[in-house]
Amino acid sequence: MAELSGKYLVGVYDDDDTVLHAVPKLRKAGVKIKEVYSPFPIHGLDEALGHPRTRIGIAAFMFGVTGCCAVLTLMIWTMGYDWPMIIGGKDPISIPNYIPITFEGTVLFTAFGMVTTFLISNGLGPGSHFHPRFDVRATDNKFIMAIDMSRNSMSEEEISRALKDSGAEEVNIKQF
Amino acid sequence: MHVTSPVREPLIQGGKTYADVTEDICRHVEAAPTKEWKIAFGLSLIVLAYGSVCLAWTWWEGLGVWGLNKTVGWAWDITNFVWWVGIGHAGTLISAILLLFRQKWRTSINRAAEAMTIFAVICAASFILMHMGRPWMAYWALPLPNAFGSLWVNFNSPLVWDVFAISTYFSVSLVFWYIGLIPDLATIRDRATSKVSKFMYGTFAMGWDGSAKTWARYEYISLILAGLSTPLVLSVHTIVSMDFATSVIPGWHTTIFPPYFVAGAIFSGFAMVQNLMLITRVVYKLEDYITLEHIETMNKVITLTGSVVGVAYITEFFIAWYGGVEYEYYAFFNRMTGPYWWAYWAMMTCNVISPQLFWSRKLRRSISFTFFISVIVNIGMWFERFVIIVTSLHRDYIPSSWTMFSPTRYDIGDYIFSFGLFFTLFLLFSKYLPVVNMAEVKAVLRSTSAQLPAKIAGVAKVRQRGTAEPAYNKDQE
Repeated sequence: MAELSGKYLVGVYDDDDTVLHAVPKLRKAGVKIKEVYSPFPIHGLDEALGHPRTRIGIAAFMFGVTGCCAVLTLMIWTMGYDWPMIIGGKDPISIPNYIPITFEGTVLFTAFGMVTTFLISNGLGPGSHFHPRFDVRATDNKFIMAIDMSRNSMSEEEISRALKDSGAEEVNIKQF
Repeated sequence: MHVTSPVREPLIQGGKTYADVTEDICRHVEAAPTKEWKIAFGLSLIVLAYGSVCLAWTWWEGLGVWGLNKTVGWAWDITNFVWWVGIGHAGTLISAILLLFRQKWRTSINRAAEAMTIFAVICAASFILMHMGRPWMAYWALPLPNAFGSLWVNFNSPLVWDVFAISTYFSVSLVFWYIGLIPDLATIRDRATSKVSKFMYGTFAMGWDGSAKTWARYEYISLILAGLSTPLVLSVHTIVSMDFATSVIPGWHTTIFPPYFVAGAIFSGFAMVQNLMLITRVVYKLEDYITLEHIETMNKVITLTGSVVGVAYITEFFIAWYGGVEYEYYAFFNRMTGPYWWAYWAMMTCNVISPQLFWSRKLRRSISFTFFISVIVNIGMWFERFVIIVTSLHRDYIPSSWTMFSPTRYDIGDYIFSFGLFFTLFLLFSKYLPVVNMAEVKAVLRSTSAQLPAKIAGVAKVRQRGTAEPAYNKDQE
């Protein structure tokens, strides 16, 4: 989570449907929404906010390919070239025998690479918990919409009214 | 559009709101440990301590203290290992495979089931270390550069595949579980009152804020992790079965082993999930979240996998006869009628016959009967592994090598150790972490709640089940 600074208007909603329908309404009215915080994932919210589709899947695939190649290389080099051993009459380089470990290696690299990417891209990590938040109820039962005043040309009253009209039950001001 | 099925029973009962979910599930985390919990934890620690003494002696003295002999070189150690790994598989099945199948009933039980997976795999790994005899050399199983030349591990050996499979399975399960925990840890962090819990939960929640972008990525990686875990869970027990199947021992080298082991794993794992859930829901008053519907659904899975296992037993027998290999035929005939006949028939009774009782809806929905059958299934699956390992080994090709295996107090003590370890870890988890995934339950609350509170449902009235109210709640436009 990036550091916050400046003045924000914080709309508090108590229903996921209301907030999901409020976002396009507010954007149409010209309000620039910074982000919506919710206690659980709301399908379609990121598209409504205009967030680009996440590319973490591509990263995951790359990690998987890396893992697959790394593990295969390790096995072929150790068994075939560095110290070839024939045990139980099996060929030193035998791809069918390498399939299980190649698969496990691919899964391991993909999972760890992807999760690390996820944490870094969201700014999650030990020590991040000292960041201030807009409203602690976002992890309980409220849906919080944050609007950065420095990025909006509309006045505070106009935005506040628009938030109320779209179903917000409270509008608070947060200064960082 | 949100649709509540008029046919299916609701998964979350009691007309919960989002705040209720948070409150109900955080309650036990925030409260001081109850007397029952302390007693249970104390007993677990006593069991663990006794097991640790046995284990320490096993390692100090060497594996000679076990009942193994020249003919039966694997017995309780590998039996327990396979049994624990099998138990672990149900957690991954619930969290990953059911996520891919979009099954909403997984949300109430996946957290505890995944925790069970992790602890079961730790217990399984402890048996791997035990049966090495020299656990301080355990790293020899990894392909590390060394001063022997470098002397690498034999990548053609199924035992090395196993090392990779179990360690990958453990790490990926741990990551999957932890990623799922982060939003809930953030909830507890934001409710925490004491400095210590604020700091601890805050550290582990890693600054989670629940923004739409984070949730979108979270859902995406959950789906990919589920997609990875699904083949992973199948591959792990496949590789465990290959420890046996790629050998030349009659009774072991059969091609049916991989699917048969996987079905057996899910079977015993679900039984253990039932045991833990039936206790957890009462102790933490989560009857509204883990309902009879969940218990019944899991019983159906137990019946299905139990039937698959039963078919596998019969297929093994048929092929042993049909294959015309006399050693193979003898191995199976000996299982049924030889000196270990009692173990074989215990396995048959527990695994094949007992789950069939769940065809009766009344029994399927009876809590005490479910608990009883789950224990029986776990005993049966332990016997299955014992039968596969010991009865196949105890009769060699040379009759002069024929022998019997009897466990010593250290075999039993090391098994007790794993129970102590498992329950100690599970009790710690159930006290300090939310046993139900709050974020996921909230996400399915709208479509599965018994009584949709007017506010959540977006309709003017509270819809009671069984009334003539419409079952469809259209989105407000």
